[in-house]
Amino acid sequence: MRRFLLIAIPYAWLTVLFLVPFAIVFKISLSDYAVSIPPYVPQFDWAEGIMAFIRELDFENFVFLTEDDLYWKAYLSSLKIAISATFLTLCVGYPIAYGMARAPEEWRPTLMMLVILPFWTSFLIRVYAWMGILSNEGYLNQVLLWTGIINEPLTILNTNTAVYIGIVYTYLPFMILPVYSALDRLDGSLIEAAEDLGCSRAKAFWLVTIPLSRPGIIAGCFLVFIPTLGEFVIPSLLGGSGTLMIGKVLWEEFFSNRDWPVASAVAVILLLILVIPIVLFQRNQQKQAEAEQ
Amino acid sequence: MNRLSWFNTVSLTLGFAFLYIPMVILIVYSFNESKLVTVWAGFSTKWYGELLGNDAFLSAAWVTVKVAVLSSTFATVLGTMGAYVLVRGGRFMGRTLFSGMIYAPLVMPEVITGLSLLLLFIGIGIERGVMTIVLAHTTFSMCYVSVVVSSRLVTFDRSLEEAALDLGCSPAEAFRLVTLPIIAPAVISGWLLAFTLSLDDLVIASFTSGPSATTLPIKIFSAVRLGVSPEINALSTIMIGIVTVGVISASLISKQALVRQKRDEQAAARAQ
Amino acid sequence: MQSSKFAPWDDPDAKPLIRFKNVTKRFGEFTAIDNLTLDIYEREFFALLGPSGCGKTTMMRMLAGFESPTEGVIELAGQDIAPVPPNKRAVNMMFQSYALFPHLSVWDNIAFGLRRDRMPKRDVEDRVEEMLRLVRLEKFAKRKPHQISGGQRQRVALARSLAKAPKLLLLDEPLGALDKKLRQDTQFELMDIQEKTGTTFVIVTHDQEEAMTVASRVAVMDQGQLMQVSTPDRIYETPNSVYVADFIGDVNIIQGRATPEGEETYRIDWSEGVQPLTAKSSNEFAAGQTCHLAIRPEKVAITAERPEDAANAVQGRVHDIAYLGNLSTYYVELPNGTIIKAQTSNTRRISRRTFTWEDTVWLSWTATAGVLLAN
Repeated sequence: MRRFLLIAIPYAWLTVLFLVPFAIVFKISLSDYAVSIPPYVPQFDWAEGIMAFIRELDFENFVFLTEDDLYWKAYLSSLKIAISATFLTLCVGYPIAYGMARAPEEWRPTLMMLVILPFWTSFLIRVYAWMGILSNEGYLNQVLLWTGIINEPLTILNTNTAVYIGIVYTYLPFMILPVYSALDRLDGSLIEAAEDLGCSRAKAFWLVTIPLSRPGIIAGCFLVFIPTLGEFVIPSLLGGSGTLMIGKVLWEEFFSNRDWPVASAVAVILLLILVIPIVLFQRNQQKQAEAEQ
Repeated sequence: MNRLSWFNTVSLTLGFAFLYIPMVILIVYSFNESKLVTVWAGFSTKWYGELLGNDAFLSAAWVTVKVAVLSSTFATVLGTMGAYVLVRGGRFMGRTLFSGMIYAPLVMPEVITGLSLLLLFIGIGIERGVMTIVLAHTTFSMCYVSVVVSSRLVTFDRSLEEAALDLGCSPAEAFRLVTLPIIAPAVISGWLLAFTLSLDDLVIASFTSGPSATTLPIKIFSAVRLGVSPEINALSTIMIGIVTVGVISASLISKQALVRQKRDEQAAARAQ
Repeated sequence: MQSSKFAPWDDPDAKPLIRFKNVTKRFGEFTAIDNLTLDIYEREFFALLGPSGCGKTTMMRMLAGFESPTEGVIELAGQDIAPVPPNKRAVNMMFQSYALFPHLSVWDNIAFGLRRDRMPKRDVEDRVEEMLRLVRLEKFAKRKPHQISGGQRQRVALARSLAKAPKLLLLDEPLGALDKKLRQDTQFELMDIQEKTGTTFVIVTHDQEEAMTVASRVAVMDQGQLMQVSTPDRIYETPNSVYVADFIGDVNIIQGRATPEGEETYRIDWSEGVQPLTAKSSNEFAAGQTCHLAIRPEKVAITAERPEDAANAVQGRVHDIAYLGNLSTYYVELPNGTIIKAQTSNTRRISRRTFTWEDTVWLSWTATAGVLLAN
């Protein structure tokens, strides 16, 4: 009886507040738009049964998504931004993780804490901090103008560049931590063995360190890529009107246009796009866990 | 290996500069006299005074703390149960679905979680307010708690629980007297994580809050959309300060505990 | 030596404390315990001995209540214990990992079980003090488990499991985590405590020396079955199978064909062109039946000349010598390639050792030195 309750309570909670809401999103994505509150006409009365549901199945909203190229562009541009930002984060994060793993033993806990500290700090504040730096009158332009590198202020805020900077900055700890833990486990004598066998420093790094830190790199990339794809705060604060990201589109569809069926359809497609990287990520984690056993 | 090469020194210096300079600038300019945030006009704490006089911010802060305390507490109870079921539950109907539901919210875009919960609340006709935000936050942060606690439970020596049963504990007593005290550090970090996630959350709160309840992130977001403001700088500085003190003291405490344990173990080994 | 005074298993009227009746335990496809029947008597120090995976730990966990038999009945003092949950059994267990609660002091660990019984505070204090005295840890009562040594932890675990004065104490590899020297001291301490408290002990071990030292009876297990249950001396001197003979101590096994030659005496033809061996056995063998002669190396004498009156003597060449300090084992290769081990005490200094590599020697043993086994 106790065991039943122990299982049933969290199970029921997640079913009601996680699974059922998804069913609703799915259902509404197949509904017609109507200007009312709630602004949709239910397409499906549960009592009618599955057959009726299939008969009346309405992919109108999905068809609409394919017809209006705003959505296509938003999906593609989200993917593009997420992939490039993940790559940039890796390029910035790897040397830091490498430096940490090579740092003297007694420094490492402190360095580790310095990486984790921003992670506990409000996401919104960290994004906001860049607004003051990147604006036309911002600190970056002030410094550049003062040193004479540029004569005209650069427009960075409200462009995709600012979005990239924001993503790299906020997701950097997610990249550093798994890469660091992979590099930390790396046996130093492996590098020495490679050098002993005739590798140059650079070659040993390329042939030994990189392959052995691959699980960390993969984990870090997924940890950055997956949340970036649906990101809302960064494009809406740092990006401009030209920055198309699907999280932002969904938000606007919902709050500004109040078109709930289309917003739900956008969510369903975003989810479908995410399923692939999530499954790949799970596989990678499982393989790693098995390798460790 | 004891000295850093110049390459590593440079990459660490630049990396940490990148991580910390934006926050340092934010903090410095929160003490700026001028209303124009990008122009330094002398030291002043007047924005802090103004912040404390701003009732809208204060009430939003109060709502946020209330939501965070409630949701992280519920999330810790539910998440610990979930972790226990995952690690010790054995086989039961729908176990795969259950573990899927535990892990899925971790990778779910916040906009989707927020949207789906809002549609649920409207569907069953709950009025949106503090209660709905608490429900929403509990749901996604209980999964984080589950992950943290289950990673501790996996390494937990099961014979400790068996020993408790063997010495006359009922299963519930064994959990209360043996398992819980030992996994307490993981449960506490789960709570802290849930608390921070709740404090931080903008997207899900925006979807699930009603006009009666505005949280601090929602307030900050609507303010910063209009641009940088010295009041927000002051508020950010306070929040950064609290987190920094919290994280540093937590790591000092755990480091001390580790050092003490090591010393005791060495002493015990010598005594043998 | 104990068996002469204390041998309830030889008394047909004695009531066993524990009775396994046709117990089978399966984990899915795997059969851990296979139709096993066994009696254990009060005040016994009973050892379950076998390689890992033989089912000995499963037996113990069934007694403690962490597993229940798939088939058959386990009785404790005449009562079927299947419906009794572990926390209601008058059985306590000392875990292999000790399972000391890391957040409680030594004192609180020992008091843990007593408090669960709602024992009055004074009585708890008295009992814990008594237990601390028994295991000589009075000075360490306030320490946490990580602040004491491995040997001390082992004694805390013992005290904790004895504190409730169980009818039966189960010990799962109790000395496995200790180093060899400490293990030997602790073995005697265990026997001492068992005698003092009069508790029935069931110990699980894979260390045959440990089982032989501490136990009044030993059960040798393999693949979920009991191979032999007997006193240590009988297990060693008269094993009932090649498996037991081989598992306990060192042994030479010679396979051959038996031919009866007078009362309880058999001739064993074991190799072409080699003189047959003679052995006495109470086990019956038909003429021509395959048999195995098991002889302990210390019962094989090694000499330079052929001994006059030996019942069995073979000639060979010293192939290898294992010097163990107090003993030396000679590996002697016979002309047909068989290697026979012979053990001698090193009463002389090594420089004056009689035999060395490649020496031709004679090995001899009496007709009663070995045991003749069918399988």
